[in-house]
Amino acid sequence: MNIIVCIKQVPETTEVRINPQTNTLMREGVKSIINPFDMYAIEEGVRLKERFGGKVTILTMGPPQAESALREAISLGADDAILLSDRAFAGSDTLATSYTLAGAIRKIRDYDLLICGKQASDGDTAQVGPGIAAHLDIPQVTYVKKIEEIKDKSPSGEKVIRVERMTEEGFEIIESPLPALLTVVKEINAPRLPSLKGLIRSKQAKITHWTHKDIEAGFENLGLSGSPTQVVKIFSPPPRESSQMLSGSIEGLVEKLVRIIKKEI
Amino acid sequence: MPIQVIIEKCTACTLCLKVCPFDAIRIMDKPDGSGAASDSRSHKKAVVNLDKCTLCGACVPACKFQAILIEKDATGSQADISRYKGVWVFAEQKKGKVQPIAFELLSKAKELAAALDTEVSAVLLGWRLEEEVQELIWRGAHKVYVLEKLELANYQDEPYTNVLAELINKYKPEVFLCGATSIGRSLISRIAVKIKAGLTADCTELAIDKEKRMLLSTRPAFGGNIMATIICPNHRPQMATVRHKVFPEAQCDMKRKGRIIYENFDGAILSSRSRLLDIIDEIESTVNLSEADIIVSGGRGLRAKENFKLVEDLAKALGAAVGASRAAVDAGWMPYSHQVGQTGKTVCPKLYIACGISGQIQHLVGMQSSKVIIAINSDPYAPIFKVANYGIVGDIFEILPALTKKMQEVIRK
Repeated sequence: MNIIVCIKQVPETTEVRINPQTNTLMREGVKSIINPFDMYAIEEGVRLKERFGGKVTILTMGPPQAESALREAISLGADDAILLSDRAFAGSDTLATSYTLAGAIRKIRDYDLLICGKQASDGDTAQVGPGIAAHLDIPQVTYVKKIEEIKDKSPSGEKVIRVERMTEEGFEIIESPLPALLTVVKEINAPRLPSLKGLIRSKQAKITHWTHKDIEAGFENLGLSGSPTQVVKIFSPPPRESSQMLSGSIEGLVEKLVRIIKKEI
Repeated sequence: MPIQVIIEKCTACTLCLKVCPFDAIRIMDKPDGSGAASDSRSHKKAVVNLDKCTLCGACVPACKFQAILIEKDATGSQADISRYKGVWVFAEQKKGKVQPIAFELLSKAKELAAALDTEVSAVLLGWRLEEEVQELIWRGAHKVYVLEKLELANYQDEPYTNVLAELINKYKPEVFLCGATSIGRSLISRIAVKIKAGLTADCTELAIDKEKRMLLSTRPAFGGNIMATIICPNHRPQMATVRHKVFPEAQCDMKRKGRIIYENFDGAILSSRSRLLDIIDEIESTVNLSEADIIVSGGRGLRAKENFKLVEDLAKALGAAVGASRAAVDAGWMPYSHQVGQTGKTVCPKLYIACGISGQIQHLVGMQSSKVIIAINSDPYAPIFKVANYGIVGDIFEILPALTKKMQEVIRK
């Protein structure tokens, strides 16, 4: 069972905001972390490897410093890590990003399952996972909250996976042949902490670096050229109406709340 | 070099530096070291650090002197975008019922189509949908493209992607809108890759640049701390997804007339490698979190699982959905499907009542776009009060039961 987990290094987004006085981005001390949803993807990959054997390869596209995210993933039990880093990738939107990652996955070639987090916390688009599946023309299941079973189907011997997919109302049970791509939500597992052995391994591990030369990629599909969308403006969200603190006796507060609720609905 | 500062035009005014989300621009001495020494600024210029720059383009429109250029190969663009006409809405259906998100999209689609002087079309895939087709017309669709096949009765990624990609190639809409739902977000990302179109996710505002016939899609980024407006100049259709409850539902007018176009596809285009085995609805209250007008949410302040009943009782009295903070979900007091926040759901109801939730930023990013927020918390310094329209520093164990009782009385009347 060979698994590829795609991750993204993101700023701890919660700390990036626009200073309302100067209209500048406040970015002092913004740490980089592995996208929170990707932590569940890594954990699920490692658990499947522990059950079925094989290996977990972590793949990311980003600037050179994204190597630290890959080392962290190794400390959590992943085997190999590949960093796609190249000026030619700069300016990629989700179409170009999924194209580039799919190119790297084709080069890795030997895989049964691809796992991504549901979405990245900086962009929140949830587009790259399904985008990769579309580029590779393999089945996908998004919002996976549980892997029920992986088995060989008789008589064909074809590997199939059965998963639970979260929906607005509950969940669906979906079966798919492998290889397939899953995007996972938090409910799927509780990620482990790095082990001491993992930490040592992560320090020593060799991270593979790939550029556009390593994947069969047309320049017109990479980076800015391969990105149909373009940001034209960045601004602060309109400030909320200033908050009003209510006080008084319980009866008084309840009266006030009822009035507010009636007005709003 | 894909990004370039035209030194002759740059005045070192620092406007670009202020909008750069990646801290990639600095004002430095002019590279060649020349420049008059008379004005302290005149020999300073903006310099882009290419290791940090992601070519996001935010600096280009910010520069008042047209001094920053980003060169983009137009080779990836489609030959003739002027052949693309009309605004399309994907009418998501579940169990044969068109979902409210489709009506929300229609209300916006009508505005966009009016600005573009074109028509609104809805596209509906499923099985046995007659009445639903009519309602889409009553809600403002000039045309409804319908494909009724047993294989399409329930949403599945592959056949839905194949059919919609085919319809888009056949009819060439210039704008394609879809709900940012668990279906929409899976589907549209796959279609966009298949037809190589530009897609903007989770938009909170859509507008038209009439002159360029361009869709201006505005969406939150970095967890809602920053808004970004995104365009797609050289590709069609311009695709966007919109979250629940961002736009009002289009009104029903039973006098409205429209055309119904029945499509017919067969064979491989409808086949799916993955198979949907079962659909399980598990949220007991009938209101689901994403579509709720009111959400009553509980957090750590409830102290124990059984106390969530206070939140549930108020929700019941208000016809609201029940939300929970991560702390409450991690403690096992509520299932994950109720979690609001960064690793849960993003919601924007008309009214959000936060009970005993301190308001960690991870929670705030999931609910701060709610129209009105009421917060009740015993800690006067809780960050939730910074985003609340109305705050009460008090004891939820006293206030919630009293409020529930009062609301029950009010509603009975």
